[in-house]
Amino acid sequence: MTGRIVAGLEGVAKAFGGLRAVDGVSLDIPAGEVVGIIGPNGAGKTVLINLITGFYHASDGQITIADHNVTQWTLHQIGRLGVARTFQNIRLFRRLSVLENVMVANPAFTAHPLRGLLALSPRRQGRDEAMDLLALFGLADRADQSAGELAYGDARRLEIARALATRPRLLLLDEPAAGMNDRETEALVDDIRKVKPRLEAIALIEHDMSLIRALADRVVAMNYGRIIAEGATGTVLSHPKVVEAYLGQEES
Amino acid sequence: MIANLLSTENIVFTGVNILLAWSVYLTLMTGTLSFAMAAFMGIGAYVSGILTAKFGWPLVPAALVGTLACLAGGILVGFPALRVRGLYLMLVTTGVTLVVKVAIENIEYVGGVGGMGGLRGTTPELVLASVVVIGGALWLLSRTPLQRIMDAAREDENVAASLGINIVFIRVAGFAAGAALAGYAGALYGHYIIFIAPEQFDILYSVFIALYVVLGGVNNLWGPVLGAVVITMLPEVVREFGVMSSGFRSARQLIFAGALVLLLLVRPAGILAFRRLSIRAGRGRVPVGST
Repeated sequence: MTGRIVAGLEGVAKAFGGLRAVDGVSLDIPAGEVVGIIGPNGAGKTVLINLITGFYHASDGQITIADHNVTQWTLHQIGRLGVARTFQNIRLFRRLSVLENVMVANPAFTAHPLRGLLALSPRRQGRDEAMDLLALFGLADRADQSAGELAYGDARRLEIARALATRPRLLLLDEPAAGMNDRETEALVDDIRKVKPRLEAIALIEHDMSLIRALADRVVAMNYGRIIAEGATGTVLSHPKVVEAYLGQEES
Repeated sequence: MIANLLSTENIVFTGVNILLAWSVYLTLMTGTLSFAMAAFMGIGAYVSGILTAKFGWPLVPAALVGTLACLAGGILVGFPALRVRGLYLMLVTTGVTLVVKVAIENIEYVGGVGGMGGLRGTTPELVLASVVVIGGALWLLSRTPLQRIMDAAREDENVAASLGINIVFIRVAGFAAGAALAGYAGALYGHYIIFIAPEQFDILYSVFIALYVVLGGVNNLWGPVLGAVVITMLPEVVREFGVMSSGFRSARQLIFAGALVLLLLVRPAGILAFRRLSIRAGRGRVPVGST
């Protein structure tokens, strides 16, 4: 709303051998917005998130986050700059407890691991902060359970809670509603709305159009590694290229 | 009979082996199975041995200098070595043990292959006190967020990194801390056996130290202790009760190998494979927003 850009991509490309999974994508994620990223499987959406978060390094182009050129930064540098994500195939620390999964993401510990060795009071503070986040996602009574034992929907919510524990400016959600039923998806919409004020911006990959319609201020549609349409949610969802590439398949 | 088992020698060797088992445990905590422990043990023994035998230092400050030398060595080796993973890393750490042994063999100042004598001062009391103090420190560590960060880094290092955790720092710190502890154990060991030689810090010792941890369990502090005590004391127990008398010593490696294979089949995570929660949600606390 201020027009400030949280994350900016300029001609970003990623090639795996001869395959250009992301092929010259330019995209701005402005402060205050939820940007939906849609497109058929293999369109390059997850690769795009991997590029922004540093899991992959771009073959070409430039990625700017909060005025830093982070194109060649490492994972933990980008993490500390305030970019957090969830994964399509949930990646929790399964052998840690639910509470510990959130605690280890607290910047008080991640930025100064040796300080965590000595001080007891930040430990208590970290625990209280983590418990507040768990309560927000209705996971407080599962705090001492091991994360590997969580039901699917709870595991998805815990991943979002863990991402928020890093106090990010930008949250990237990779198919958060995958495998959820309608009721769970509605609850997820409420959860994301609840945490939105804590963030500068959210980018959301999703196949579930009800989630996109409910949350996205703006939608970017991708196919074959390129952006094929971009703009207001309703406009993009009814764009002929998008219908052809993506929605058409589902409704035929 | 039991009194014989509690001989000075048995207490010192068991204590030293517990410290060595913990050094592997510390390193393993950050995802590195290290076969370099005999090397750091040797460096610790030689550095402290030079200070006591040639310069007349008392044992404790000399042992601490040996420990610091290994800490520095661990950092120096850790940065390049920890770029590789898994089997390759095991090979690299094995190489460290081989290289250090050959290096010591070629240093005339410390007697080369012939070894160096005159190391004295390790008492069973000092060894026991060291085990208690270091065990206590590791127990405190297991209750800190740092331990959880190490656990997270071991389980999924990329996810941990994206949360802002500097994986290289964590891995090198774990490796160097393990190296330092092995160096301290080496100093205690050297100053008990009086005469040290490069062949004592052979790769086979590294393998045995790793076995203590694999046998005992890697998920908590007590598994390595159990492994170290069992493997160190078993031959003594068997000899004391005369089961196989002389034949046992030569057969013991065979028996251990068999026992280990059996154990890995029955309890792949070690004998003491439990993990306890140390940071809990707290009883009776009403979380914000849960009403």
